[in-house]
Amino acid sequence: MNRVTFTIDGKEVKAIRGQTILKAADAAGVFIPRLCAYRDLTPNGSCRVCSVRVNGRIQAACVQTVAEGAIVENETPELLEYRRNIVDMLFVEGNHFCMFCEKSGFCELQALAYRFGIKAPRYPFLYPKRDLDMSHPHVFLDHNRCILCGRCVRASQDMDGKNVFQFVERGGRKRLQVNGDSLSETDLKATDEAVSVCPVGALMKKRVGYEVPVGRRRYDEKPIGDDIEMKGEK
Amino acid sequence: MGSKPRIATVSLAGCFGCHMSVLDIDERILTLAELVEFDRSPINDYKEFQDRCAVGIVEGGCCNEENVEVLEQFRKHCDVLISLGDCAINGGIPAMRNNIPLRECLEEAYLKSPGVYNPLNVIPNDKEIPLLLNRVYPCHEVVKIDLFIPGCPPPADAIWAHLVSLLSGKPVEPDYKNLKYD
Ligand code: SF4
Ligand code: SF4
Repeated sequence: MNRVTFTIDGKEVKAIRGQTILKAADAAGVFIPRLCAYRDLTPNGSCRVCSVRVNGRIQAACVQTVAEGAIVENETPELLEYRRNIVDMLFVEGNHFCMFCEKSGFCELQALAYRFGIKAPRYPFLYPKRDLDMSHPHVFLDHNRCILCGRCVRASQDMDGKNVFQFVERGGRKRLQVNGDSLSETDLKATDEAVSVCPVGALMKKRVGYEVPVGRRRYDEKPIGDDIEMKGEK
Repeated sequence: MGSKPRIATVSLAGCFGCHMSVLDIDERILTLAELVEFDRSPINDYKEFQDRCAVGIVEGGCCNEENVEVLEQFRKHCDVLISLGDCAINGGIPAMRNNIPLRECLEEAYLKSPGVYNPLNVIPNDKEIPLLLNRVYPCHEVVKIDLFIPGCPPPADAIWAHLVSLLSGKPVEPDYKNLKYD
């Protein structure tokens, strides 16, 4: 049998054996919030926004595979609270000035905060000093907005067949490093998947900012996850 | 003093954009004027509190000592204190200086930056000028804030919804389209 059946918040979900909870939920039209997971990139379970309870234990839905009869909790007050806290922390540990950010309206971090109804983070702002790399003719890297999700690291290796990005240091000093003195010294192209997978305004194409007017941007009217939930309603 | 609830408003380290958004409630401002009395506010230009206020609306964060004093007065005189807009909530554009030492900021502004005319080569330091803080502080890192309305500026409908809710005692309905950070 290659099929398994389990439940998410009491709703019965059918999945393929070996599938992750996140993928199975997506296919079933149940939205589990996530930041570091992206489509077919190998998940690395680092942001913990997709935390769910599986048979009572907290697991990252992007790496945990489905099991027959598993009881998965997704939208409980406790888990919503954890996720909100993670998003809060991501806001205060970087410098997120959405009012002039080119990604605003398309940003997944911002969209999650909107979906969670966050009006102000509850932690003190750190205002770290971070660099901005404008050296590349067509792409910029603004570390102020980088949430260390690792999507670009994985996309560069797995999809572009390059190795432009890596993380260096650990803990609070962890940061994204490019494979060269600056972005212009790498073999990054503006058309690389690594650039398009960034969920926030950290890795961006130059000269395309603010192309879509306010009111018509991705998350202006509809919350993130809306597309997945629509599938479930059919 | 009348028996209508009183509202005070102020712009600290803000650009007055949030106040413009208050005016952007359009003709509803007439209803508001009937329902409330404005206490100290740029709208009537009162500089001091006249009476106890039901609601205080603060635009902008704290970038100097005067901002802190005014904010503390607002806390003292208002039952409900609202942080209106991104600058009040996270410091906003003024907070972009927060990771640059204050001396460097002043030198850049008054001595080094292109086009500066400053023959005496001094950084202004007069008693009349409020002392700058080491960094810009969001309002809730200085006093307790009861409500937050984000946005740059916040949508007029969000402001209106909060005022109506406060005046009627009913909770604010979550409104996805009017919760924005830009
Ligand atoms: S990256 Fe997202 S959260 Fe950060 S400033 Fe830009 S829009 Fe806002
Ligand atoms: S640059 Fe973007 S994709 Fe890369 S780690 Fe930072 S946030 Fe993630």
